[in-house]
Amino acid sequence: MLRAFAVLLVCQLAGEVVGRALALPIPGPVLGLVLLAAGLGLASRHGWVTPAEIESTALGRTASGLLAVLGILFVPAGVGIIQQFGLLGQYGLALLLALVISTAVTLVVTVYVFLGVSRWLR
Amino acid sequence: MTAPFALWTYLAATPLLWLTVTVLAWIAADALAQASGRHPLVNPLLLTVAGVAALLLATGTPYGTYFAGAQFVHFLLGPATVAIAVPLFRNWPLVVRHALPMLAALLAGGLTAIASALAVAASLGVPHDVLVALAPKSVTAGIAMGISEGLGGAPALTAVLVIATGLIGAVMVTPLMNALGIRDYAARGFAVGLASHGIGTARAFTVDPVAGTFAGIAMGLNALLSAVLVPLIVRWVL
Repeated sequence: MLRAFAVLLVCQLAGEVVGRALALPIPGPVLGLVLLAAGLGLASRHGWVTPAEIESTALGRTASGLLAVLGILFVPAGVGIIQQFGLLGQYGLALLLALVISTAVTLVVTVYVFLGVSRWLR
Repeated sequence: MTAPFALWTYLAATPLLWLTVTVLAWIAADALAQASGRHPLVNPLLLTVAGVAALLLATGTPYGTYFAGAQFVHFLLGPATVAIAVPLFRNWPLVVRHALPMLAALLAGGLTAIASALAVAASLGVPHDVLVALAPKSVTAGIAMGISEGLGGAPALTAVLVIATGLIGAVMVTPLMNALGIRDYAARGFAVGLASHGIGTARAFTVDPVAGTFAGIAMGLNALLSAVLVPLIVRWVL
């Protein structure tokens, strides 16, 4: 459990270092995700771990545990809204409308392009 | 009367109180969500943010004091993002099989997310500097704030718009996809991760692990694409 957590922290730290060193516009944790996925890919090529058994490893259980409570991790940032009521000000309603319409349109466009290209390839 | 007040003054300033409040509020909200059969409107994040924000406003607690406790939860966002590598690895063959649909959906969806928000807001008379802060609203908060700041937008405003977009997508995705009759969880997850970043991804993981995996990939890819697209659109179109 502690080792698995250390793996996640080391990947995040390595992601931060790589991102800063190469001045990439990608945050450290996302680069850390790529690094860990690449590491797991390499490990499976050597036969050390298979996709089927990853979930029963300590790393797999720690990852599942974290992802099961992913929602709560956004609470502190979400509560930050109380500081920004003033900023929303006179454009609050227009912005809300823009977000609702844009999110709906984006969901529909994305899902249909995904399905359309899937079917076209089949 | 002074003793309980002194106790409150002491506790209200400690990280322990606000960390405990955050965790308990989430457990209560998540229990409500579970009791509702994970109804999309009973979103645990929405309930928790509303409850905690109301409590802070009612007690006159500054956000900085709250964050001193809540930062321990906030910190875990980084390791949790890295942890998405595990379901990614687990579902790798499925991901490879969907590489082309994902790429096409990324380009179409990423462009739509930026352009549609700007079009609606601009037509409603929202001024230029607010539009700049709005443009990266589908991107995960850390990068969205960086993009906005680089273009002269207000990062704090971007953060609020990003979180609102996450909540709107998380609440909207299940009824919308059901109404459209779409049962492909890879496609559904990819759409919500692209439109609503980590908050959409959190919702996707509560619905289906494959949806969660594709949401996580879409979140990462759209962050990359938008870091390039938003500055181009803002400079050329706005």
